[in-house]
Amino acid sequence: MGRARTIARRSFLIGSAAIVSGVAFGAWFVTRATPNPLLGELGEGEAALTPFVKITPEGITLIVPRADVGQGIASTQAMLIAEELDIDPSTATLDPGQPHPAYFNGSVAAEGLPFPAWEHGFVARTVRDLMVNVARLSGSQFTGGSSSVADLHETLRLAGATARETLKAAAAARTGVPMAELRTEDGHVILPDGTHIAYTALAAEAAAIDPVTDVTLRPASNWRRLGKAYQRLDIVAKSTGTQDYGIDVVLPGMLHATVRANPGRGGGMAGYIPNAALAMPGVRSVVEVNEGLAVVAENTWFAFQAAQALEVDWLPPDYPASSAEMWQALSDAHTDEFRNSRLRDDGDVEAALDGATAIAAEYRAPFLAHAALEPLSATVLVESERVTIWTATQVPHVVRDAAVAVTGLDASQVTLHALPAGGSFGRRLDHDYVVQAIQIAASMPGTPIKTTWSREEDMTHDFPRPLHMALGRGTVADGRVVTYDLDTISPSLVQSWFGRVFIVPPGPDTMLVWGAFDQPYAIPNYRITGYAAPPMMPVGSWRSPGACSNSFFHESFLSELIHAAGADPLEERLRLIADADSRRVLEAVGEMANWAGADIGPGRGRGIAFAHTHGVPVAEVIDVTMTDRGLRIDAVWIAADCGTVFDPINAEAQLTGAAIFGLGHAMNCELTYENHAVQQTNFDAFEGVRLHQTPRFHTRLLGLAGRVRGLGEPATAPAAPALADAIFAATGQRPREMPFNKAVDFA
Amino acid sequence: MNLTINGTAYSVDLPDDMPLLWALRDGLNITSVKYGCGIAQCGACTVHIGGQAVRSCQVALADVWGEITTIEGLGTPDALHAIQEAWIAHQVAQCGYCQSGQIMQAADLLAQNPAPTDADIDAAMSGNLCRCGTYPRIRAAVHAAASAMREA
Repeated sequence: MGRARTIARRSFLIGSAAIVSGVAFGAWFVTRATPNPLLGELGEGEAALTPFVKITPEGITLIVPRADVGQGIASTQAMLIAEELDIDPSTATLDPGQPHPAYFNGSVAAEGLPFPAWEHGFVARTVRDLMVNVARLSGSQFTGGSSSVADLHETLRLAGATARETLKAAAAARTGVPMAELRTEDGHVILPDGTHIAYTALAAEAAAIDPVTDVTLRPASNWRRLGKAYQRLDIVAKSTGTQDYGIDVVLPGMLHATVRANPGRGGGMAGYIPNAALAMPGVRSVVEVNEGLAVVAENTWFAFQAAQALEVDWLPPDYPASSAEMWQALSDAHTDEFRNSRLRDDGDVEAALDGATAIAAEYRAPFLAHAALEPLSATVLVESERVTIWTATQVPHVVRDAAVAVTGLDASQVTLHALPAGGSFGRRLDHDYVVQAIQIAASMPGTPIKTTWSREEDMTHDFPRPLHMALGRGTVADGRVVTYDLDTISPSLVQSWFGRVFIVPPGPDTMLVWGAFDQPYAIPNYRITGYAAPPMMPVGSWRSPGACSNSFFHESFLSELIHAAGADPLEERLRLIADADSRRVLEAVGEMANWAGADIGPGRGRGIAFAHTHGVPVAEVIDVTMTDRGLRIDAVWIAADCGTVFDPINAEAQLTGAAIFGLGHAMNCELTYENHAVQQTNFDAFEGVRLHQTPRFHTRLLGLAGRVRGLGEPATAPAAPALADAIFAATGQRPREMPFNKAVDFA
Repeated sequence: MNLTINGTAYSVDLPDDMPLLWALRDGLNITSVKYGCGIAQCGACTVHIGGQAVRSCQVALADVWGEITTIEGLGTPDALHAIQEAWIAHQVAQCGYCQSGQIMQAADLLAQNPAPTDADIDAAMSGNLCRCGTYPRIRAAVHAAASAMREA
């Protein structure tokens, strides 16, 4: 049959049911079909029944387009398809696919709006729907913002159901048995007489019929895999050293490269002398790349050594040279000129503060590196008609477009092999390392070149979490918090990051105030004001961006007011929150920890914090003890509600991992600057939590919230303020600046 | 330069002062051994030399004093070591990048101490960094592996 006819009939997107309708403006255009990218690559007898399921006589491939950076989303995506497709996902091949609008992410765009996630009024819903379609039109294929499950859980199950029903239709056509009498199990269609027909044997026939799109998703009560304890599909590989990451690519004839960039980010070069580097063993060439130079050599070690031998005359960048000057720039931006948003303004804060004895406090959060354990790396082969890239990325569409820009080839001539990442925490939402790798490979066409950053380069040239400070003022009366006013000041993350990988959205920078303006407290006089300080060095999204700093400020200041009021930290939070999902996690964490106040005995302390980020309410309680070796974190209780939990074992890992990430950086991590350069360039100066500091964890996911949400980030934000609160309970001193080891020694 | 790795003899033509890490990764394509820091602060490059856990980023090729074991020498997907079975049963890995080093460090610990306490595990394993924060499951998996190995 004709290919054109097949494409025309298949050019619906199975996700259409997941695309929220009801947006009047341009609906006919933005909701029209997105082509199935798999159709163009099919061979004889192969079927791509949806953009997510490809069946050939040899096997089944599931397209899992969201990047696995450790959060386990490759497995979860496969499980979502498999639940409806009736296959054992461990028998399928998982393929991230090529960048394509069919795999767009609508949820991330809908998050960056000036509405709290718990706000579901008409305007909020309508504007969110509009943003979904903006993302759809632009083909934005981000992995981030804890959005993957929220964005794809229906789409992937519908894809599985459509593929299953189409295979049944093919089997019905072959056998004459009505579809209603067929069932499916473990990759087979089963006839009433018990005859099994493998899906793979039906591929050619399924490709020739109209996909069955009138499908109904199975209710959760009928799920056989989702929601049950199951094994991550990558767990054996990751326990045996057989998982290949982006940094592990080996190709015939491959050379190795590394980059040495201006430690003053963006400063540029006045000149350089490559002779000493070129004379070193195994060195092939020195190449100019974005931000600096690269050395191409026979192995990574030779490249590292030679990069140090480059003599470069760096030019200074245009941001302040030292941390002290940067803090001053932040303080100086606390004026009307830099006021960016006031997305919460309840009651009358000015009147309430006028003449009152206000409680005031200032908080600080430092620059932080992402410092994923796998240093940034990409392998690229540039040929006359094709560029092939092997790397781990959260922005495959941006990488493809960058390859087009560097090489001048067409997007159709770019092949991206998206590989698992050894961590990311938001770093791979940028693609600077891939651009450099493409530039390096383009200098030596026909030779594959793996570019690996040293750890020092990785930390020096991060797009760090931005420097952030806040000033709180408030009043209490009759044992209650009455007035809460928080001014939060930071360089704009939206301006910086969105400007690099997308478009800078109009309106206020909501990320600057995430974790503050969007918290569900009903304080009588309650105001959150964001100030966008002038840009410094480029900054990036760091696990729970905005909220990872703001939640520390917001919850710490709330705790200070509650303490001044003489109220109980848990009871007062419950009194101030009406949102049912949020109340339930607070009540749950109190029950889990047998909450009876912050005093748990001499030399000890108990803290609490709550944060509503990425649509997930999370409450954390932390116990600490002062020992003769320093302060020890004994135990952490976490209650959260992300709605339906598809992958319970991994969900628990995300809660504890995110909390440990939040705790470790709050304890002992910061990036400081001298002469424009980062002073902490390796893990000796940027440790985080180690095993001996790891507390006991007790977690609970309530599963009661109505909306499905992701868990990669939400437990991060409340960890730091809960620890600060526990330190206050144990020592009487509240740390107001991260990292807390400025004020207290940790065991 | 001759090396014995997982019982197989290899010859590499690389400088004496090159770290074993890079000889394994780039010279011999044994990429299960991970580069994380290059200064013995993360443990991702941990292998055994003569049965002892070492940071391969800190061992110059000329100084290799015995047979090298990488995680492939401990066990494979088709023939798992008890430690790997415990790591799988507890679903320790998230990104997994540090886990080869964690498992090789745990193997050294359990060879010396078949019944480690939490404090023993803390002391032996705190040099191995995990940025994903899989530590609670690492602890549980080491205990489970110890128990399984004692009963074997």
